[in-house]
Amino acid sequence: MTDAIRLYPAKPPKVYFYGTCLIDLFYPDAGLAGIQLLEREGIEVVYPQDQTCCGQPAYTSGYHDEARAVAAAQLDLFPGDWPIVVPSGSCGGMMRKHYPDLFADTPQAEAATEVAGRVWELTDFLLNVCHIKLQDLGEPTTVALHTSCSARREMGIAEVGPALLSQLQNVTLVTQQRAEECCGFGGTFAVRHPEISAAMVDDKVQAMEDAGAPAFVTTDCGCLMNIAGYAEKAARPLTGEHIVSFLWKRVSLQPGNGGSAR
Amino acid sequence: MTEAATHLSDVRQFHPRAHAALDNPQIRANFRKAMDGLMDKRRNAFAEWDLETLRTLGANVRQQALANLPDLLEQLEKKLTTNGIQVHWARSGDEACEVIRDICVARNAKRVIKGKSMVSEEMELNHYLEEQGIEALESDLGEYIVQLAEETPSHIIMPAIHKNTGEISDLLHEKTGTDRSHDVNYLTASARQQLREKFMQADVGISGVNFAVAETGTLCLVENEGNGRMTTTVPPCHIAVTGIEKVVGTLDDAAALLALLTRSATGQHITTYFNMISRPRQPEEFDGPEAVHLVLVDNGRSSIYQDDQLLDTLRCIRCGACMNHCPVYTRIGGHAYGTTYPGPIGKILMPHLLGLDATRDLPSASSLCGACGEVCPVRIPIPDLLVRLRRESVDGDRVHESRVRGHGLKRSTWEALAWKGWQWLHVRPTLYRLGTAMGARLRRLQPTTAGAWTRYRTSPRLAPRTLHQQLRERQTGSTGAIPARQRGASQ
Repeated sequence: MTDAIRLYPAKPPKVYFYGTCLIDLFYPDAGLAGIQLLEREGIEVVYPQDQTCCGQPAYTSGYHDEARAVAAAQLDLFPGDWPIVVPSGSCGGMMRKHYPDLFADTPQAEAATEVAGRVWELTDFLLNVCHIKLQDLGEPTTVALHTSCSARREMGIAEVGPALLSQLQNVTLVTQQRAEECCGFGGTFAVRHPEISAAMVDDKVQAMEDAGAPAFVTTDCGCLMNIAGYAEKAARPLTGEHIVSFLWKRVSLQPGNGGSAR
Repeated sequence: MTEAATHLSDVRQFHPRAHAALDNPQIRANFRKAMDGLMDKRRNAFAEWDLETLRTLGANVRQQALANLPDLLEQLEKKLTTNGIQVHWARSGDEACEVIRDICVARNAKRVIKGKSMVSEEMELNHYLEEQGIEALESDLGEYIVQLAEETPSHIIMPAIHKNTGEISDLLHEKTGTDRSHDVNYLTASARQQLREKFMQADVGISGVNFAVAETGTLCLVENEGNGRMTTTVPPCHIAVTGIEKVVGTLDDAAALLALLTRSATGQHITTYFNMISRPRQPEEFDGPEAVHLVLVDNGRSSIYQDDQLLDTLRCIRCGACMNHCPVYTRIGGHAYGTTYPGPIGKILMPHLLGLDATRDLPSASSLCGACGEVCPVRIPIPDLLVRLRRESVDGDRVHESRVRGHGLKRSTWEALAWKGWQWLHVRPTLYRLGTAMGARLRRLQPTTAGAWTRYRTSPRLAPRTLHQQLRERQTGSTGAIPARQRGASQ
């Protein structure tokens, strides 16, 4: 868990961006939004083209040989001494917290620990390293926030999302009941135990709707495709998007250009 | 042994039992309400404490005790023996049952009254004693209800939490003739009345132990109903039974754990009763049992002890906070697990007691949300241990060997092959880019169903161009900047 206090570095001139496979394939706009927010802070963003997946799906499924092979292919992508910024608490947590365990007793142990030490979740990095100031250009809107369990408990950044959203003066953030409870995604859990997972996400959608949110934002694309996908299938009105897509829209819009959270 | 076999087949029925529980609105409502209440109580109980420091203290106390376990157990045995408490060792649950039977037989005891003990549930002691012609009656109210209903506990602290007042009223009416009532105090008083007589008639009282203090030879028992004190003081003989991991060094250690236990479990600053038992009745004393025994049960614990990582499982002080905060337990309840210990702690403990083959669906029945690890008063890294057991159940690691009984039995050829294929693509960046770009181009052919995922959700749609593609174009300067339509312009 997040027992150790982590010191934030000074704002660097350059970072690596690890986009994650879900963003690469399904939500590239969230990746672009994140990169542009970093660039707006005057940071040069390097996106290694050879990145694929952090290895987490195989890791949490118990297939550690396969996870290690894929993770090992990522270790060489960050030769410079720059922070590695990840727009996901889950993939960030995998790299930061689990790489050292995964590579323990292997020749790459040192490299894995070194890489892990440079991994930051994007919103945490924007708030606490870049000290970002957001000027809201969107129209008034209301959202709920779902902080993923890995962002909350592995990366310890539960306060970051609310802090960023509170900078947006036209955005009302509502708090849903049991906000800290899992949405039921859990990677392969959602397909190994689909009924339990569905019961969890049903409660999550209900809680957000009860709070009066037409839309939600989240730090993780796994939760996003679970919650939004469930709402869509059940023909519920709730829609969602990655928090950095939302933030980028709010700050990059021309005034009066609309600020839908869809 | 036939019992063990039945138990085993039960555990394997996790999916159907979980589905039945999900479809039962009464079960869902009972657990949600109870768990919400327990989470609130715990939060309030720790409100004025530096919880993280206290949890670190609790973890250290348990870690230290486990590090010195063999020595502490010897010290405990010596001290207890000096104090006049007889110590027995049992390798398995069956052996422990036999030890208890022998004590009962030697005393010609026919009636046993029991305080709450999860180890005795693990041993299926009541069932065994019944077969030996010895009546064993549970005196903890929740356990009493569960026994009347011929069920097993659904929670380690609140055994009958799956029942609401109406269901309990019906049960008491049917089994004991108590008038039906929704007045909890009336129902409790009625059960108390029935039990009071049984205490007086009992030949032996059997209890569990929360902490066994090696330095002083003290058996500590935490309870709220007074039934623990009755069980350990009224009958002429008291048999305490506990796992070998429950020993701690000093009374200070016990104090730290007590502060964490009651707050984590029921949100109480202290329980109504805290019993410290150190010797049988002395000649000058008027009450208390004339004989006290302690049965120390291994039942798989020493095999957990052999592994540096799995060892953390044994830190557990049985507070139940992990299940109270578990989103899976809250929805399916304790019986769905089919194991003595349900919820997160059950998922990491039961595979050692029953083997990974029998408990094959338990390690995966978690979203790894981490709520259990976050509230554990002794910082057991439950999610990490679940991942460890998942790895063992498919023998998924050539660097770190599997050690748990029944490992590798969940490995299926097709799943292993699928992960091999996944690996093959993801260690070849050029092929990955080619394949994903092709997928993006052919996205209209993306199937709308994706196995169990789309049973309850729509499938996420592939984007027209991957992030890799978009950024490569940008880097090579084909457009020089991100196209305006991706600048977040409104749709």
